[in-house]
Amino acid sequence: MSLPVTPKPSPRRFHQARWDEPIVFELHSAGERGIAVTPIESGVRDAVGDVVAALPDSLRRTTPPRLPEIGQMRVLKHYLRLSQETLGSDLNVDIGQGTCTIKYSPKINDQLIEVPQLRELHPLQNPADVQGALEITWRLERLMAEISGMHAVSFQAPGGSAGIWTNIAMIRAYHASRGEADQRDEVITTIFSHPSNAAAAKVAGYKVITVYPDADGYPDLAAMKAALSERTAAIMVTNPEDTGIYNPAVEEWVDAAHAVGALASYDQANAAGILGITRARDAGFDVCQFNLHKTFSAPHGSGGPAAAANAASEALAPFLPGPRIVRDGDAFTVHEPGEQSIGHVAPGFGVVLHVVRAYAWIMALGAEGLRTASEIAVLNNNYLMSRVLQIPGASAPYATGRRRIEQVRYSWQELFEQTGITSEEIGIRMADFGFHYWTSHHPYVVPQPFTLEPTECYSKAEIDEYVAALAEVAREARETPEVVRTAPHNQTVHHTHHDDLDDPERWAITWRAYRRKYFGEGSASGAMAADGSAA
Amino acid sequence: MTDAFVHPYIPNTAPDTKAEMLAAVGANSTEDFYADVPDDLRLHRALDLPTPLPAEQDLARHVRGILNRNRTTDDVLSFLGAGTYNHYVPAVVDEVIRRSEFLTAYAGEPYEDHGRFHALFEYQSLMGELLAMDVVNVPTYDGFQALATGLAMAGRITGRHRVLCVSDVLPEKESKVRDYLRATLELESVPTVSGLADLAAVTARLRGDVAALWIETPSATGALESRLADLAAAAHAAGTLVVVGTDPVGYGVLTPPALHGADIVTGDIQSLGLHQWFGGAHAGFIAVHDDPMFVMELPSRLFGLATTDAPGEYGFGDVAYERTSFAQREEGKEWVGTASALWGIAAGVYLALMGPHGMAELGELLLARTRYAQQTLAAVPGLSLGDDAVHLREFTVQIAGRTASEIIAALRAEGIEPGVAVGEHTLLVCVTDMTSQADIDRLAASLTRLDLAAAAAVVKEQYA
Repeated sequence: MSLPVTPKPSPRRFHQARWDEPIVFELHSAGERGIAVTPIESGVRDAVGDVVAALPDSLRRTTPPRLPEIGQMRVLKHYLRLSQETLGSDLNVDIGQGTCTIKYSPKINDQLIEVPQLRELHPLQNPADVQGALEITWRLERLMAEISGMHAVSFQAPGGSAGIWTNIAMIRAYHASRGEADQRDEVITTIFSHPSNAAAAKVAGYKVITVYPDADGYPDLAAMKAALSERTAAIMVTNPEDTGIYNPAVEEWVDAAHAVGALASYDQANAAGILGITRARDAGFDVCQFNLHKTFSAPHGSGGPAAAANAASEALAPFLPGPRIVRDGDAFTVHEPGEQSIGHVAPGFGVVLHVVRAYAWIMALGAEGLRTASEIAVLNNNYLMSRVLQIPGASAPYATGRRRIEQVRYSWQELFEQTGITSEEIGIRMADFGFHYWTSHHPYVVPQPFTLEPTECYSKAEIDEYVAALAEVAREARETPEVVRTAPHNQTVHHTHHDDLDDPERWAITWRAYRRKYFGEGSASGAMAADGSAA
Repeated sequence: MTDAFVHPYIPNTAPDTKAEMLAAVGANSTEDFYADVPDDLRLHRALDLPTPLPAEQDLARHVRGILNRNRTTDDVLSFLGAGTYNHYVPAVVDEVIRRSEFLTAYAGEPYEDHGRFHALFEYQSLMGELLAMDVVNVPTYDGFQALATGLAMAGRITGRHRVLCVSDVLPEKESKVRDYLRATLELESVPTVSGLADLAAVTARLRGDVAALWIETPSATGALESRLADLAAAAHAAGTLVVVGTDPVGYGVLTPPALHGADIVTGDIQSLGLHQWFGGAHAGFIAVHDDPMFVMELPSRLFGLATTDAPGEYGFGDVAYERTSFAQREEGKEWVGTASALWGIAAGVYLALMGPHGMAELGELLLARTRYAQQTLAAVPGLSLGDDAVHLREFTVQIAGRTASEIIAALRAEGIEPGVAVGEHTLLVCVTDMTSQADIDRLAASLTRLDLAAAAAVVKEQYA
């Protein structure tokens, strides 16, 4: 017997865990329980009597919620199996989730936030007892002020898009404070900005004007200038945009906006390639937001919790949400939102566990490390681009031949024309090799798009591995297209029928709705008869 | 200098690899990649940041050193609530949300992230049972946002522009909601009577232009709205929708608002298996009935059950994805971004562990301890209850003679956080499953020692 010492084949042989796990309600076994609740003390019971019986009829639930009854170990196994059926970025080379900056989330940072000194802390405790939490938040504010060049920073917004909302809410309050709220009712954004910029501006009451790229793929300065007027409240732009192209005229954009009295808001979701290179304030922006859960490495948590850093110029600082933390000698005090502030945008002091993680990440890197992280993210991206563009059928529309910053929006249009295989089908097939791959945001301005963002975290060997899988799938598209078309082949589940999900008659958003629609169980209110049977 | 910088988080700082990659793309240095960044926008200096701590042990010592300045609610006796609650978190919940796969997953597709979709569909389903509603979203940021979104939905559905807030509301929550709705809805408060909605006053203000009644139950003072059905009947008679802000922790024994006519139920799940985390572990839910008119107005992601090519296999996916801002941009109802999905998974694990009996026992425990705390504090000379409504977990006490701030300062000196000052002489006191009878007795004893009645007599004499 001899074990092979030859290199492992690439792409690697992979199979996702498949537990064929039931829905948690199917684990129900009458009488079991997963956790014991501490009993009511006899002294309390003697003093208050039967509090449930004493409830007015209008408050007392007559039939218990139909939650499942499951022993603790089985609950644990169920969720651990579901975790195994999830391809987190700690397991795969997660460069296929472009625009989302999937970085390594250092394990030490996860340990740091688990201490009771953070976990068992209430936001309304005596400020003297929470000086550590206040200090670390204040420290990160100062670091982010330096990184952005801005005057003041707040972590109240509980996510990047919540940060975008906070930007526009501040802008709205600023114009209102100057009596120009009614006059300025338009916001200009670009088609490659994150959809949340347009959506948040709309929710804030603005008419949204979208600028498309010029022939070279750069944000169209002339089109933006043509859209500007005394009606403009703000421009909301991302730079570099999701194509990975840095707008070299960004300062002219900001100056033109300022010339008509508008403000400039900078979505810094794509800042991972420019930390320490160039700053929002240096280009004249008035407000910006960073994502602590991507650019500063806090984990994405299956879709949150997230956290934003909103940074503002001196003129906009009074409009930041509160509460604010103020340093007074060696002590830190809490100030409620001032007169001009947009007020509270979330409970408490924001997502402090991400504040601590981001602080730890920056402290682990320092100024040179941050800049190096950006430079290597950009090196990785341009290296990846050179490799991807060697795959027949792949292209990178717009700004052809130019360097890109931290990501690239590619296109499989040529491959699609030759094989009929879509970007979405390629993505599903990529999962069979153990990689996540995402097409791109709507609208598909780039045909058959895919966006890759390698960040600084992936080694050359991992980038090569990802590209090898991509090349293999492209080869399959030409030679054995059925293999791609019928993917996935080794995932937890088989090809899923998504049409049901768009049909109100057939969609099932909860288990009870599914049981009602497909098995006729229960009424719309889901009430159960006293004996526990479905009504 | 920069070339020699090698960091454990950045593998391609290894000099040979970096050189090889630069050569592969035909670049002299990483500077080549920044050709589009104009010189006058370049920083031309190092960021002014503290000396880094690349060694883990140094970093940990530094960060823990700062955090060690905190005294926790384990170190002091806390009666603090007002939106963030100290409930017990089962160990299994922490075990699951700590898993790398869930913690570092993000926007994976239904295939490679099947488990994430499955767990969040289950969260929606478990919440649906607790709330007796058929549609629950993947968590939004927090209960503040959920309520604001729910009211905005009511505005779009009815095409009306007024909202009547009929309950006592946390000021921070009202601040968020007011600013969020500024462009579309006018918010009016109808003062409460004895902690509950003033049904007659509310009915009198219901007109054809009222989009929604905003009812908080439990309210900001912990009062349970016992006439929700009457309020809903009045609202519906005027073509007005009922939007509820709630905390689901009591619904093992309390009637969920949907069974009394609520159209949109929103709230926060921090109580369901999440630590306090300095107020940083919130997540919001929005629940509606399975009516396309409501579902299509929901801006959040909704995960649904689907069939696959293999009979008997559960697949998952986004319900009506084209509804969201991912597809709609400025035509979207609201933005969708990274919010708080992991907390949804946590709450799902919590509800699966608790089951119907656990939630019923917890609800009863909270009601009993709340009532006990009310009785015990009301027996302290100089203290009286703020109202006679039924309360869950929180209630107010009126203090004679001293201000709430003075009481708080005095008790903090004894290692007790007696509550939150919500008026000059009003204290909001919170008890949970973590607050024992002995804890409540200790609070009462400390308050008794302050001799509030005597202080009140002195004050009375001074102003006589």
